[in-house]
Amino acid sequence: MSIILDHVNYIYGSDTSLAVHALKDINLVIPDGQFIGLIGHTGSGKSTLVQHLNGLIKPTSGSIYFNGEDIHAQDYDKKKLRSKVGLVFQYPEHQLFEIDVFSDVCFGPRNLGLSRQETELRAYAALKQVGLEDDYFYQSPFDLSGGQKRRVAIAGVLAMKPEILVLDEPTAGLDPKGRDEILDQIAKLKEETGITVILVSHSMEDVARYVERIIVMNQGSVMFDDTPREVFKHYRELEEVGLAAPQVTYIMQALSKKGMPVKTDVTTIAEAKEEILRVLRGG
Amino acid sequence: MGIIRTERLVFEYIRRDEEGNVEGITRAVDEVDLDVRQGEFIAILGHNGSGKSTLAKHINAILYPTEGSVWVDGMNTKDDKDLWNIRQEAGMVFQNPDNQIIGQVVEEDVGFGPENMGVPTEEIWERVEESLKAVGMYQYRKFSPNKLSGGQKQRVSIAGVIAMHPKCIILDEPTAMLDPNGRREVVRAVRALNDVEGITVLLITHYMEEIIHADKVFVMDKGKIAMQGTPREIFSQVERLKQLRLDVPQVTLLAHELQKSGIGLPAGILTVEELTQALETVQKYRP
Repeated sequence: MSIILDHVNYIYGSDTSLAVHALKDINLVIPDGQFIGLIGHTGSGKSTLVQHLNGLIKPTSGSIYFNGEDIHAQDYDKKKLRSKVGLVFQYPEHQLFEIDVFSDVCFGPRNLGLSRQETELRAYAALKQVGLEDDYFYQSPFDLSGGQKRRVAIAGVLAMKPEILVLDEPTAGLDPKGRDEILDQIAKLKEETGITVILVSHSMEDVARYVERIIVMNQGSVMFDDTPREVFKHYRELEEVGLAAPQVTYIMQALSKKGMPVKTDVTTIAEAKEEILRVLRGG
Repeated sequence: MGIIRTERLVFEYIRRDEEGNVEGITRAVDEVDLDVRQGEFIAILGHNGSGKSTLAKHINAILYPTEGSVWVDGMNTKDDKDLWNIRQEAGMVFQNPDNQIIGQVVEEDVGFGPENMGVPTEEIWERVEESLKAVGMYQYRKFSPNKLSGGQKQRVSIAGVIAMHPKCIILDEPTAMLDPNGRREVVRAVRALNDVEGITVLLITHYMEEIIHADKVFVMDKGKIAMQGTPREIFSQVERLKQLRLDVPQVTLLAHELQKSGIGLPAGILTVEELTQALETVQKYRP
């Protein structure tokens, strides 16, 4: 169960004078059960890349394999692929439309042709997975708060039982608590189900805290692909391409410059705290 | 009297069912008193649904108070005759840059506001030039907005507001959709407007790092002002902010965590420099 991208290129408007080379020779392996962060400045190719993963966009050249099968082969079942690779777009709450929360989440599985009972079981399970209380199930989705709406939208994708969940900036516009709640919920879901999660984010702090692997995109190419610790060591190069490291990384750099013998490859508050205490108490 | 003043401002949304019967009333803003002086940099924090945006929309008369009053530069927003003056003096920038740009070319977009105000053509061009320079976008004046990054588009939106020569500018989560670089650019441009041009700024945001330089911070909860003070006073209260679904900058949180572990640090550390200095002192005087 994995996705392989093999020499993928994508050019927008390739036969016009406005051609933009959005993806350049992308080679990636996305194995089962990883929690991956995808970062890059606006226009770096992140969204174009994720739209390739479930066949919404066909590469100009190169191939994409899902579980060993070429997804653009003539007889490949794309509908099935789209239920296996779930895409949650930016501001997914704009896509809610049903009269109540439960019906909205049922829409996807019902379209898969499942029985009513199976559809409802899946919708119920998905709403539980995103941590929505039963009280809200029969309310209009439009009466919910921003964070709740977003969870309903994510549940709509989860009800398709995807093996890979791609979230494009799931926390944009949410308050800090809402941000933490959604990400904690996704991390828990990943723990419990072993689903692969790809998180597209502009928050370096969030990425550092949750993911095990970071893919950095720049001008259509993969710039770094490694653990957060390794990627954020390149904070100067990241700054040059419009990104940054989490603020804690800068704190550790500043302390080190002042002569405090702390390790600088720290990416979360918890690590930083431990490291500073170690030096102050022991060192 | 301040440039923006509200007195016991109340705003109620009336919820109706499909037949138009009243289902209930939501009080989005609940007796808010504000007094903002000319030239201040004000930050407004609050969780989703706390009433921040509803409050902001009263300041340039997009919404009118259910009870109480709002004055902008001495003009009551309820007075219809002052509506256009109020909108010109208090400009607003929203979250999504794509919803605010209408021109085909950057300079044309920035000139839209003053043109509608009936400013003479020559002066429009002067205003466009100075506004684009103020946000560092002058070299892009001939570009199509489609070709710009999010941060650049948002700066063009800000230039479009400044070209109307407002006394204050209200920014409602202007960085929510931007990458780190775009956020930095926008925050830098907004601070420069405040420092250099003396424009009063009201910044609504969910990013705590953006407001450590504000003169004053208001925290909203359930339509009321729950906390107010300097950034240092506000961010010293880590636990209280967490109850209000908010956060503190990472550096403040790290300092707070170290304090809890018995390291003697002052409360309300806001910058990396402050923390490194404080830790140096701790290390020096360690027994």
